[in-house]
Amino acid sequence: MENQNTIVINGNRLNFTMGDTILDVARQNNIEIPTLCHLKGTMPTGNCRVCVVDIAGEPDLVTSCDTKALDGLIVQTESTRVVASRKQTIKQMLSMGNHNCAVRAPHEESWTQYQLKVHTEDNSPELCPAWGDCRLQDLAYHYQVAGSDYSNVETLYPMEMANPFIIRDFSRCILCGRCVKACNEIQVNNAIEFGYDGEKKKIVAGDDKLLKESDCVFCGECVQVCPVGALVPKDARFDRQWETEKVRSTCSYCGVGCQIDFHVKDGKIVKITGAEDTAPNYGSLCVKGRFGFNFVHAEDRLTTPLIKENGKFREASWDEALDLTAKRLSEIKEQHGADTIGVLTSARVSNEDNYAAMKFTRAVLKTNNIDHCARL
Amino acid sequence: MTNTIGDVEEADVILVTGSNTTENHPVLSSYVKRAVKYKNAKLIVVDPRRIKLTKFADQWLRPNLGTDVAWINGLMHVIISENLHDKAFIENRTTDFEKLKSMVEKFTPDYVEQITGIPAQEIIDAARLYANAKACAILYCMGITQHTTGTDNVKSLANLSMLCGNLGIAGGGVNPLRGQNNVQGACDMGGLPNVFTAYQPVTDEGARKKMEEAWGVTDLPDKVGLTVTKMVPMAHDGDMKAMYIIGENPLVSDPDLNHAEKSFGNLDFLVVQDIFMTETARIADVILPSACFAEKEGTFSNTERRVQRVRKAVDAPGIAWDDWKITSEIAKRMGYPMAYKNAREIFEEIANVSPSYGGITYDRIDREGLHWPCPAADHPGTPILHTAQFTKGKGTFHAIDYIPPAEQVDEEYPLYLTTGRVLYHYHTGTMTRRTEGLNERAPESFAEISAQDAKKFGIEDESMINVASRRGEIKVRAKISDMVDSGTVFIPFHYSEAAANRLTNAELDPISNIPEYKVCAVKLSGVA
Repeated sequence: MENQNTIVINGNRLNFTMGDTILDVARQNNIEIPTLCHLKGTMPTGNCRVCVVDIAGEPDLVTSCDTKALDGLIVQTESTRVVASRKQTIKQMLSMGNHNCAVRAPHEESWTQYQLKVHTEDNSPELCPAWGDCRLQDLAYHYQVAGSDYSNVETLYPMEMANPFIIRDFSRCILCGRCVKACNEIQVNNAIEFGYDGEKKKIVAGDDKLLKESDCVFCGECVQVCPVGALVPKDARFDRQWETEKVRSTCSYCGVGCQIDFHVKDGKIVKITGAEDTAPNYGSLCVKGRFGFNFVHAEDRLTTPLIKENGKFREASWDEALDLTAKRLSEIKEQHGADTIGVLTSARVSNEDNYAAMKFTRAVLKTNNIDHCARL
Repeated sequence: MTNTIGDVEEADVILVTGSNTTENHPVLSSYVKRAVKYKNAKLIVVDPRRIKLTKFADQWLRPNLGTDVAWINGLMHVIISENLHDKAFIENRTTDFEKLKSMVEKFTPDYVEQITGIPAQEIIDAARLYANAKACAILYCMGITQHTTGTDNVKSLANLSMLCGNLGIAGGGVNPLRGQNNVQGACDMGGLPNVFTAYQPVTDEGARKKMEEAWGVTDLPDKVGLTVTKMVPMAHDGDMKAMYIIGENPLVSDPDLNHAEKSFGNLDFLVVQDIFMTETARIADVILPSACFAEKEGTFSNTERRVQRVRKAVDAPGIAWDDWKITSEIAKRMGYPMAYKNAREIFEEIANVSPSYGGITYDRIDREGLHWPCPAADHPGTPILHTAQFTKGKGTFHAIDYIPPAEQVDEEYPLYLTTGRVLYHYHTGTMTRRTEGLNERAPESFAEISAQDAKKFGIEDESMINVASRRGEIKVRAKISDMVDSGTVFIPFHYSEAAANRLTNAELDPISNIPEYKVCAVKLSGVA
């Protein structure tokens, strides 16, 4: 018999395995403890203090993400002091930047001034890019927290737009460190870190370079894990979550087969994110998979069959193009034999497409001259 | 891959060779980097270029181009002479160990140093590190296969893995990283001259009979067909009359492009089915527009044999169709009805005729893919191959001697050229070069040259230079870099306007028919 370790959370007696954190045990038992900086697959730091809990007999609240469960602990996850602490934490985060969404208590007088300032800095009349898809906003609603005083909100570092993919909006950064974790512990690209101290604290690339001049490889993992509007994809900055439909699929670049979500708005793909709940990538993507989808809607896609006449292509109907193809292939098969025809199928198309090409080559053309680019 | 991607993090030692993983399989490279940084795995990188992974490596061996059999035999020499091999595995699971043993006898560390340029002590250290691991995963890619000795190279890695009992266990295996999203699937589907789906040989009468029955046809051809690398020379000689090319751009990706262009130009009839007007489509007689991956339903099979769903997110442009539909319509017009309602119906037929896909359905892979072999509806799939025995029973050790690359440097062509990809682009660039941001990051082709060679040949950094081989010449920007060793030049092959494949050698591996993209001889000169 194993050691029976038990812990009591909100009155529930729960078994756990040594090494589990309080947060782990809670989640295994469907007890919700809110988190913000916590990132699956990385070492917890307790940095943001949203996940604090109350342990009986302890004078101070502890962060549940990095406190190990111990036999006999009695834990409250929503005690009065816990709630008060979380409210204070959230309030502080809200007041440290351009969080111009409805949770900023728009009835206050300083709101208008503040909103105008943010619009100028954003160069846009939109609300925060993360509005509606923001962990901080969710928590603020949950705990009914509003920012109070807007007059002291100063933007220390200007927005960085100087690369093709990622906007770094330091005014909205809450310094939770999820991006640093993602870069160093998940993708292990080691491009960003915390820099400077005190009020000047900032996420820096290298010795505070522009991303494009740093070791960043634009995998965009940081964008995906950013819980607020500090890191957003440049091409989908103000595409709101509720305007897009998500479709799960498989990336079409290398053979890893990352699972992706297309974000589709008005019949166009506006964004791709990594699917977090499944192998093989658990949310990770590379720069091509995440940002390299413009080709889908490129102006120069082939849209209609083409037939070459006198050295030039002209548009044709499907019937015309297919009849011509069938006729010429039949003639050549008849005259020269099936083995003078070759088919190259593709490592780019689906299994179903490949199967159809394979069956056609063997059953209709009656040759085994079929290959694809595995060798190239 | 014999093992899974996630399994890489279970390894004690990871040996990466001929794979610039951070550029070509970035997400998989994270598994390697995490294993090293956070799980105490040791990393051995064997690569002629100073690739990013070398920064994470405990040992980086830098061989001369095309000397893989020599260093692998060298490792095995040390392992056997120091008695570090897995005798139980060899006894129970393999045959022909004695043949291997006598072959590698001459591959002493000193002899290997002469061939590969890797210091003898590094061979010894790497051998000990590899052999003392509980589980060692070998990852390799085109740097191993794209040689005239590519098959020898792969068999040598298999020898090494069997020698230390690293097959069939978690964290072990011999793992080729597939470079394109569905190379695995195209092979599984029988897009090869010798097999139907699931590697059922066309020369096997039983397999042919089964397919004839399933398809309602007679007289399926029983002779192995031609590989692409054989079709092209046949076209050159006028013996290949027509080709139907789906989603490929051989006029950038083939070796010795000048020769390939003439060959495709000789065809009586060329039909190209693609999403863009590629270099290959331009010379076609008929172009058929197809839907891209975001516009269709279907499946891809990834490098770890996991069959995963592809789903339609947006409509195809104009009147473009799914590839399978176009092919089916040609078949119909040639007198054979291929009337599928949708991709799901095709997949059901695939599962019916392909034992390793037999238990996979769209419903089962709705949320997460399955690894083949998955022969039955209640089979969980097979993440790790060869756990109890090899497909054919016992694994055979192959005694393989070292053979140098087909082309050697000489006075006229004094440098070796090797080719590959960069992070920001993909293959012939048809897709990635249509994303502005990727072009901003990697706008044009370049030739990596060592500082010593630049000095020797009077080349300035960032200047335009001519690179010429016996087959062709291109103009690219010189990039002086410590990525390459002196004596070697690297050029990515994505850029059609400076196509590296005008230079490459079309000499083939005799078994796999893979061209030797990774080694040829070139010369450099400044642009006047």
